[in-house]
Amino acid sequence: MIDLLVTRDYYVAAFLLLGIGTYVMIAAGNFVKKVIGMNIFQTGIFLFFIASAYLDGGTAAVLTDSEPYVSPVPHVLILTAIVVGVALTAVALGMIVRIYAEYGTLTEDTLKEVRDGE
Amino acid sequence: MSDLAALAVALPIVGSLVALVAGVARSESGWSVAVVACAAQLAVAVQLAVTAFTDGTIEYVVGGFEAPFGIELAVDGLSATMLVLIAVVSLGVLAYSRRAGPRSNPFYAVYMLLVTGLTGMSVTADLFNMYVFLEITGLAAYALVASGDRGRSAVAALKYLLVGTVGASLFLLGIGYAYIDTGTLNMDDLAAKLAGADPTLVLAAFAFIVVGLFIKVAVFPLHTWQPDAYAGSPDSVSAYISALVSTVAAYALLRIVYTVFGAAFLANHELANAILVGGATVSIVVGSLLAVSQSEVKRMLAYSSVAQFGLVVAAISIGNVTALTGAAVHLVGHAIMKGGLFLTAGLVGTETGARRVEEFDGLAQRSPLGAGAFAALSVAMVGIPPTVGFAGKWYIAVGAAEAGSWALLAVIVGSTLLTLAYFVRLVERMFFREPSADLEPAAEAVADGGETAGVSFGMRATVVAAVVAAVVLGFAVFGYGDQLQPTIEVLLS
Repeated sequence: MIDLLVTRDYYVAAFLLLGIGTYVMIAAGNFVKKVIGMNIFQTGIFLFFIASAYLDGGTAAVLTDSEPYVSPVPHVLILTAIVVGVALTAVALGMIVRIYAEYGTLTEDTLKEVRDGE
Repeated sequence: MSDLAALAVALPIVGSLVALVAGVARSESGWSVAVVACAAQLAVAVQLAVTAFTDGTIEYVVGGFEAPFGIELAVDGLSATMLVLIAVVSLGVLAYSRRAGPRSNPFYAVYMLLVTGLTGMSVTADLFNMYVFLEITGLAAYALVASGDRGRSAVAALKYLLVGTVGASLFLLGIGYAYIDTGTLNMDDLAAKLAGADPTLVLAAFAFIVVGLFIKVAVFPLHTWQPDAYAGSPDSVSAYISALVSTVAAYALLRIVYTVFGAAFLANHELANAILVGGATVSIVVGSLLAVSQSEVKRMLAYSSVAQFGLVVAAISIGNVTALTGAAVHLVGHAIMKGGLFLTAGLVGTETGARRVEEFDGLAQRSPLGAGAFAALSVAMVGIPPTVGFAGKWYIAVGAAEAGSWALLAVIVGSTLLTLAYFVRLVERMFFREPSADLEPAAEAVADGGETAGVSFGMRATVVAAVVAAVVLGFAVFGYGDQLQPTIEVLLS
């Protein structure tokens, strides 16, 4: 069991990040922290893909280099996913700015109180 | 001719950019650009649908990289149906939003981006490409929900964004599982290679993808973003999102379950089937019960969607030709009916200020068209023949009976009674009660950013068109079911 975990340390880290990210999204009362949690969650997935492409002693997938090659596809996929993640973060922060301008608070509990009084 | 599939996705992107740039030269020009792009897309979609139904699946290789290495677009009967539905609803909502909706150019730019995402999800035959389009759809939808003026829209949009991102990320994680084992992302290629893969891994990939899409479809208990998002956004946006976003996500679920994992996988793995059946049953029952207990009309319609998508997921879990035809018919029917209901609710709200259930008292006197359309669409939603709502439920129920899933059949029939429960309450208030006093008409419409509040011809025409479509499609749908049969048989084989 321990051996299994040690030889797959990247995957363990990936799923720890997924768990931490989910926890922060649920437990944090501050909207900015929730967005940070979302980013941590996504980072876990990025690590999962990149770890899967790693090959001991592998070289870059250039034909003049010697085999075995590291698969370049997961890197490309994750590059796309990172761009999507940045866009999401930007939109989320934009909404948080509007919420702050409208209600003057960034925390979930205070927002609930303000809105109940509407 | 052969590039039409790519054109269907490219047209709205170009429309989006042009709308944004045109805004620099002249404000409020986005609407015309969007109409032109949507009309062109409708022409392309119809042409694709005709070809797909007569000659079979259209395949298009993007950039000359042959599958399985490159991205492939494929249009079969099912995707063609979604394409035409997206193009028609986009045009209809545009007709409505001319007067009602947000009018800025950025709004129409994002609107066209949403059309792009939905179209892309419908035509792609590549899993990662589908993830990208799912995120484009999501991002555009979050931004549109936030386009309402009130703080409520921003809060609803942020909640939608956080929950929706988790859904899309789980979907990506599921793709990761499948990709690492097979080394391919093309759907047909994956189907062939997953058949020989480790069953535990395939099951894990299935679970991640299905739960991720459940969030996007808004299946109970993963629906929490949906009522806030629908109720918090402007009327034209809630109509558009309720009609298409969950619908296309449900299409993606159907496509992935049958094209990638296959009917045999579902038959061999009780757990996989149990996820679908469980989600469907809970969604139908709890969604309907929550709808009955709502006091705001748009929230009630939102919970009704939770229940109706439960029906579609039930059809996917049954998985015979009749049930899957029913799923396709109900997706189209639900889009027309629910989109129409949201537009009617918006029309009534603009005309009389009534937005809560108790404010609908005596609506027939104050807004005869609104009350009539709302009642007609409610009847269709309950599933009374000859409407399209009846046809969809009929196919799904017959499919359940053919498969011998009697428990599911009972839930499906019971759902009709529950649907009746929440709609009859409104119909009774609209036609058999005296209007209550003190409502200020159109207060809401002014707050939503229009200087000339009021109901336009376009708004009325769209609502009437939705009612007519809900009835006419009820007749047309059986012929369509026969047309769709070859596609479904390919899907199930």
